Amino acid sequence: MSLSRALETGDLAELPSRRDEDWRWSDLRGLIRAIPPASPDASARGEGPFAAVCSETMLVINGGSARIHLAAGEKKTIALRLISRAEGTSHSADVAVTVAEGAELTLLESHESFGAGYITDVEMDITLGASAVLERVVVATEAADAIAVTLARVGIGAGSKFAQTTLAIGAKRQRIETRLAHPGAGAAVRLDGVYLVGEKRHTDLTSTVTHKGEGGTTDQLTKGAVAGQGRGVFQGRITVERGADKTDAKMGHHALILDDRGEVDSKPELLIFADDVACAHGNTVGQLDEQAIFYARQRGMTLAEARALLTEAFIGEVIDRIEHDGARDVARTWASEKLRGLT
Amino acid sequence: MLEIQNLHATVGGTEILKGLTLSVPAGQVHAIMGPNGAGKSTLSYVLTGREGYEVTDGTVTLDGEDLLALEPDQRAAKGVFLSFQYPIEIPGVPGLTFLRTALNAQKKARGEDEVSAPEFLKRAREVAKSLKIDFDMLKRPLNVGFSGGEKKRMEIFQMAMLSPRFLILDETDSGLDIDALKVVADGVNALRSPDRSMLIITHYQRLLDYIKPDQVHVLAAGRIAASGGPELAHQLEAEGYDKYAA
Ligand SMILES: Nc1ncnc2c1ncn2[C@@H]1O[C@H](COP(=O)(O)OP(=O)(O)O)[C@@H](O)[C@H]1O
Ligand SMILES: [Mg+2]
Repeated sequence: MSLSRALETGDLAELPSRRDEDWRWSDLRGLIRAIPPASPDASARGEGPFAAVCSETMLVINGGSARIHLAAGEKKTIALRLISRAEGTSHSADVAVTVAEGAELTLLESHESFGAGYITDVEMDITLGASAVLERVVVATEAADAIAVTLARVGIGAGSKFAQTTLAIGAKRQRIETRLAHPGAGAAVRLDGVYLVGEKRHTDLTSTVTHKGEGGTTDQLTKGAVAGQGRGVFQGRITVERGADKTDAKMGHHALILDDRGEVDSKPELLIFADDVACAHGNTVGQLDEQAIFYARQRGMTLAEARALLTEAFIGEVIDRIEHDGARDVARTWASEKLRGLT
Repeated sequence: MLEIQNLHATVGGTEILKGLTLSVPAGQVHAIMGPNGAGKSTLSYVLTGREGYEVTDGTVTLDGEDLLALEPDQRAAKGVFLSFQYPIEIPGVPGLTFLRTALNAQKKARGEDEVSAPEFLKRAREVAKSLKIDFDMLKRPLNVGFSGGEKKRMEIFQMAMLSPRFLILDETDSGLDIDALKVVADGVNALRSPDRSMLIITHYQRLLDYIKPDQVHVLAAGRIAASGGPELAHQLEAEGYDKYAA
């Protein structure tokens, strides 16, 4: 059951619904009344947010396939642009990324919209060999009335390093999901997210990490802000299976509701079936400090500017964790602009 | 410059200011002294438009313009500055970033050009030096982990950078040792000019040895109970506020 199955078969019954536990806050069946026609072929527009910091670009426009393969020991930075240039139509993309033993990839992924009312579905399979390194930075800018679902299945090798930062502003419905099988074995995972959701937008950052072997780490930090009637959903599940001893897992989710109408739903879960495990988690949903807002306004900032500056500082902690210097700057600028457009 | 007429204000439903009348002409420095809980900080918040401080009667004008009708940031753009009794910590925002954002917001509101980054930094360096503030401190998140004295110095730094017209200093002397007090007083005195006015709220007359006021007022029980020259401050220091008790 998935959006991609529904788009493939045209069968609405394939859509996940609120009766599916993992989809209860991001129901698609009640939202999609008919499967729209397939999106037409189209050409790219603009050059994407990462153009200035990356020389190699792959394009996927209105669906299609892409294969990224790094041979053992190779080192690359690649921009992957997933473009929706569609009006009221639907498309699916599948992307395979393999980073062989000892190779290092920085994947700068943008989900770009030049249209409206479309449905887009992206499925990715990411495989890291032993001691491989992948940093994935996702900037997802969908149209306000689009439905956008992304699922990445990630498998990583011993001693590898997988780091991900997802930045999202929501859509009519947006879900970005990561499912990661963790072998332990000295492999290190960082799984971060930032969401900035404005009026009538919805985003859902869902992840599952399953520690299957001894001695692995997962460090997860998601921060978000919702304004207007925006809605943010965070679902994070870290499972430490029997035998995955000496796992070190951290999960943090912290959200701000910028005015009284926004909503944040969160479900952080740490399921531990192993011994000698270090786990920490924190989950908070709050508001900006009224005193700080008054202080900033007394110095001359408008209410909107004060909120934007303080929210920017709040999410800055996540953006600072991006390792690629250029991507970090792009992410910071992107977030700063999106924040100032939040209503 | 500032005219306050019969000001009544409530906080959480309790009336704190009960008919306060005060006039501060351009170029003058007035001190407000009074016992704890008299309503001094309340006055500073009412003048700057803090939420929860409700004006129930009276008027406040700045150069004839109704101040109470303006948002806090609009008042700031008109030149009203409050040095807070308890400055707020702003995690994650470097002092320089905070201040430049504020300065440019004020300039935008006044229809002026923004200040360029190099220009801003140059002035910030000069002002920091004059206030004996380590420039690296300005790169740290504003007020986070600063000592009481450092926070007060940062208030004066912001004040000097924003060059306001009407300055309110709420207990700026508290938490300062004598050397810091002199530095702060020098910073404040440097801002004295014929087109600026100041309201210095203080508990002790010590600060007034360094910032000489034109007039001293006693605020007790929500109104001005007495006014006089600088000698009134010394008299209050000697006699206390007992005779003004409500
Ligand atoms: N937020 C508040 N809610 C209720 N009462 C308050 C609040 N702030 C101040 N007060 C009360 O208002 C009175 C005046 O306080 P304040 O203006 O801080 O006095 P001062 O600065 O002269 O020491 C005090 O009785 C204080 O308890
Ligand atoms: Mg006070």
